[in-house]
Amino acid sequence: MGSLAGSGLPPDDVVVSALRAGDEEMFATLLDTWARGMLRVARSYVSTDDSAEEVVQDTWLAVIGAIDGFEGRSSVKTWVYRILVNTAKKRSVRESRTLPWSAFERDAGPAVDPARFDGIDAALPASWKEAPAAWPTPEGQALAAEVRGLIGEALATLPPRQRIVITLRDVEGCTSEEVCEILEISAVNQRVLLHRARAAVRDLLESYFESVKQPE
Amino acid sequence: MKRFTCGELVESITAYLDDALDPPDRAGFETHAACCDDCRRYVHQFRVTIRAVGDQPPEKLTDRTRERLMSAFKQRRQS
Repeated sequence: MGSLAGSGLPPDDVVVSALRAGDEEMFATLLDTWARGMLRVARSYVSTDDSAEEVVQDTWLAVIGAIDGFEGRSSVKTWVYRILVNTAKKRSVRESRTLPWSAFERDAGPAVDPARFDGIDAALPASWKEAPAAWPTPEGQALAAEVRGLIGEALATLPPRQRIVITLRDVEGCTSEEVCEILEISAVNQRVLLHRARAAVRDLLESYFESVKQPE
Repeated sequence: MKRFTCGELVESITAYLDDALDPPDRAGFETHAACCDDCRRYVHQFRVTIRAVGDQPPEKLTDRTRERLMSAFKQRRQS
């Protein structure tokens, strides 16, 4: 089999039979392709990078042991990520670091600060008080690298559930159906978490662009 | 067709982008966006944000973990 780099993975039935046949190249490709997403999801549950790496390791050991019994009721990716989430949850309980899975996270209410809009008594209720400021086009390599670092930090400070959803959807490119299945949450819940996370990251970029603005 | 305020539109962008609005809401969203510069700018910045989030650097497992997993995979075949 040729190089799989960059071209996405082959269909699931090909992946599964390759793994069952002991195709090391396929196994290595999966390890590398999903490493970032798996590490980042694991880090949302546990306290250190080392334990996140162990969670990913234990997940793959479980996958190796169970691949012959895989029934294909979900995609391979969803299956692996579900094992990851369960492994990470068990680990976080052991670390007494249970995710504030419902408490402490504000899911209700608007994602954008209502103070940015006129009240209901205004001529045009709930219109922008002040237009959102224009952003520079991040042209230079340096600026792009800075934005990338900033976003990495922003993601790390999001509440865990928002962080996991935006990581799976926007960093790793999962579909909303996949994310719902991996986290066992409803489509509506998934969308609320994703929207809040995106709005929070946008706000952070807004503050950043405001701070680097050239005086006119 | 639903009439959107700016405050409502900004809360519906993810649903809009996921094609999860029903047709009257979708039409209302687009009608508002077509004549509101502020919301159009916000939606554009939202899309820029999503693209930027997708540009995170790759990550790798440590060599030790990767080697350990590769050898566990090889052993599975022999067992």
